[in-house]
Amino acid sequence: MNYKMIRFLLSRVLQITGILMLLPLIVALIYKEFFCAKMFLVIIAGSLIFGSIGAYFKPKNVAIYAREGFVATALTWILISAVGALPFVLTGVTDDYIDALFETISGLTTTGSTILSSVEMYYSVQFWRTFTHWIGGMGVLVFILAIMPMSGGYSMHLMRAESPGPSVGKFVPKVRETAKILYLIYIGITVAQVILLLLTGLNLYESLTTTFATVGTGGFGITNNGANDFSTASQIVITIFMIMCGINFSVYYYLITMRPKEAFKNDEVKLYLGLMFASATLIALMIHADGITKTPFESFHHSLFTVASVMTTTGFATLDFDKWPQLCKTLLALLMLTGACAGSTGGGFKLSRLLILLKAMKNELIYIVHPKSVKKVYMDDHSIDSTVVKSVSAYLSMYVVIFIASILLISIDEFDYETNFTAVAATLNNIGPGLGMVGPTGNFGAYSDLSKLVLMFDMLAGRLELLPMLILFSPRTWSKR
Amino acid sequence: MQIIIVGCGNVGAALTEQLSGEGHDVTVIEEKRDVIQSVVNNFDVMGIVGNGASYLVMKDAGIEYADLMIAVTGNDELNLLCCLIARKAGHCNTIARVKNPIYKREISFIKEELGLSLVVNPEELSAAEAARLLKFPAATKIETFARGRAEIVHMTVGEGTRICDKSLKTIQSEIKSKVLIAVVSRADEVFIPNGDFVLRAGDELTIVGASRSIAEFFRKIGMPTARVHSAMIIGGGATSYYLAQQLISFGIDVKIFDKDLERCKMLSDLLPQALIINADGTDKDALMEEGIVGTESFVTMTNLDEENIMLSMYVKSVNPKAKLITKVHRVNYGEIIDSLQIGSIIYPKNITAQRIVQYVRGISNSMGSNNIEALYKMNDGKVEALEFLVTEKASVIGIPLSQLKLKKGILVALINRKGEIISPTGQSVIEAGDTVIVITSHLGLLDISDILA
Repeated sequence: MNYKMIRFLLSRVLQITGILMLLPLIVALIYKEFFCAKMFLVIIAGSLIFGSIGAYFKPKNVAIYAREGFVATALTWILISAVGALPFVLTGVTDDYIDALFETISGLTTTGSTILSSVEMYYSVQFWRTFTHWIGGMGVLVFILAIMPMSGGYSMHLMRAESPGPSVGKFVPKVRETAKILYLIYIGITVAQVILLLLTGLNLYESLTTTFATVGTGGFGITNNGANDFSTASQIVITIFMIMCGINFSVYYYLITMRPKEAFKNDEVKLYLGLMFASATLIALMIHADGITKTPFESFHHSLFTVASVMTTTGFATLDFDKWPQLCKTLLALLMLTGACAGSTGGGFKLSRLLILLKAMKNELIYIVHPKSVKKVYMDDHSIDSTVVKSVSAYLSMYVVIFIASILLISIDEFDYETNFTAVAATLNNIGPGLGMVGPTGNFGAYSDLSKLVLMFDMLAGRLELLPMLILFSPRTWSKR
Repeated sequence: MQIIIVGCGNVGAALTEQLSGEGHDVTVIEEKRDVIQSVVNNFDVMGIVGNGASYLVMKDAGIEYADLMIAVTGNDELNLLCCLIARKAGHCNTIARVKNPIYKREISFIKEELGLSLVVNPEELSAAEAARLLKFPAATKIETFARGRAEIVHMTVGEGTRICDKSLKTIQSEIKSKVLIAVVSRADEVFIPNGDFVLRAGDELTIVGASRSIAEFFRKIGMPTARVHSAMIIGGGATSYYLAQQLISFGIDVKIFDKDLERCKMLSDLLPQALIINADGTDKDALMEEGIVGTESFVTMTNLDEENIMLSMYVKSVNPKAKLITKVHRVNYGEIIDSLQIGSIIYPKNITAQRIVQYVRGISNSMGSNNIEALYKMNDGKVEALEFLVTEKASVIGIPLSQLKLKKGILVALINRKGEIISPTGQSVIEAGDTVIVITSHLGLLDISDILA
């Protein structure tokens, strides 16, 4: 284990955290929240000083292998969450550090679950809260890779550990260039949404914070009523951008580089859009028949918003879908599990994994009927290596184990089954609100500290695709041999 | 530059490491998935699994935007086909590795018709290197710079020679030579020595100078400068054939051992002047019978690294005066092999990669992206010798070297001014248009201006 390199990377992360906090500091100064500004300044100074000390000596041996990559990634996210939680405590938004940590992890992992019953707070802290979504959406290490020159090719281990999806490819040969392209696309989408939201009548602050929460597919609202307060036009803009951010970013890269053929070859995106519109139509019909919404347009609008919000794991809500017909709720809960596309900012199990599993399942059935048949799994016109299929199956088992263990642990708090199940689903898939007590209008505040820790672990595990967190806590990782 | 490498065997891997390290955008195409996996993990490159001769695979790798395609699979025909397809699908330069002697004879036709920029033949390059060493047996390794006018020569300090146990200053005043002792490697350590440094027996020296001055230096310190008169080659493969051909043309007696009778007959057809021995090279008696004790040089060219190394060690023990050349395919254990002190080692993979990298540098110089004319890694990559082209923008022009603030571990070894080789002193000045050879332990320099602190 190359401890020195991990120390070096973490120090860099600390420095970056400090620099990122300059933004809420500026907001604090604009809104004349001088107390908050002072607190932010303290945290910035602290992280810059400690970060610079730690990063002063660059280790001679910069080799990072898979193990270091996973551990560094997990520790990075824990570190930035620990520091990112400080503003909430220091400004008195919450007294409890565990609560603040929950809120920050929820932000960084783009979950959007909250423990606060009222989200009205200082502008600057609110800004930081939604900004964590933006940071977490594309990833901290990807950002570091984009700006920090790394010698050697070892950086792929970092990128792989942080990027969502069963197999991580590069657009261009260099990791650094790939990371840059990803961030440029991300920033481009962000700017576009801010402008569109401004046009629909939101002010700059509302546009920025809402955009952060949308493009990171996070879902923190800035008012207690969430997206319900916005005009229909704004909601449509949010819907479109939620859907966009749930698509694999390589599609945008191909579109920008004028290779539409390759962009439209993506099976996962087709499934994603198909599933989304089919479910939205179905739910629209049901809520229309139920009389929850009046006009056909309104039904489809709210239904699509909700489906997009759940599938991309954003977690915004226009209506309280907890009060919708049971079939709608079940459908939504299932969509929570599938999640968005690999390589997007969305969370969840990822549709590509589902697709691979379904195709592998079909092959397995064929194999039983024709025991001598040899068949590979195909996706995007390419055959998929059996190791990928294997790792996807392993991922499913890990996913299920973590899911069940978490439900068991938080059941100690004696809440009803629906609440517990969706609480774990909503955190492990980085969605935000679940159903029941943790539904769109509820919050996670009632859970005990133990349950909160379990859910925090779930959020981090979900964002980092399980492996980094499991490897961090596996004793074998730390043994010398 | 955007570079596509097809085939990731020994040569491909060495190329990938070198070219991606120099900052090029490298995409590797290889059919074996696990090879791609490890290449992508270890270097900052993109990997594509597939057959490089397939148009679709090439397109995936971005052949339309590539500047250069290098085909170095083990298969000549595949390499040529890759080049043809790359040429038609994109507008890039192409380099192919071709080893079959039949194609070799028609290489100019093939090159022209397929639009190849460069054809490399690892066996031939290795043979050329071996031949160079046999022409100049005192050196363990020779690199040429400045279009052959300057050389970097490695040699080992022998017990009781004129330079042993003397400081560089004394050597300079006694011998008055124009060569520079640039690097000294002792055991595991590498020094860039100053005047007070005292040489010991067994030190490996790296000497830089004009080719003539180096020959003179060797004569003065009493090392043999004449070529060997007889050579024993073990293994009758393609490399041996090329080597024997060259040696015969210099008038050196050649004996080739091979255990395959058919191969021996073929070699005897091809090389009537050589003596072909149909015997196992590891057979001690056969070696004795053919005069292993008296031969002036002994070259092991079998396909088994272990056999080559063992044989060289054996010959070292029975005939310590013979010049030894050992071919080794695996490069990973370079340090250990060096510590065996069995004379010159030839790594075909490195030689081939170096030849290609040199060519790539030439192209990227002409594209203006950097000014390195040549780069050699020495002492297991701890020291580099670089030849820089000095442009008018360089910040070292017109200032005497003694007044330049250089980084630590940097030595300006030679200045080549329009073909005139200058051994720099403190008063020497670098001018635009010169090429300058810099020896440094500070790796990763990209421009002559980078030598300044």
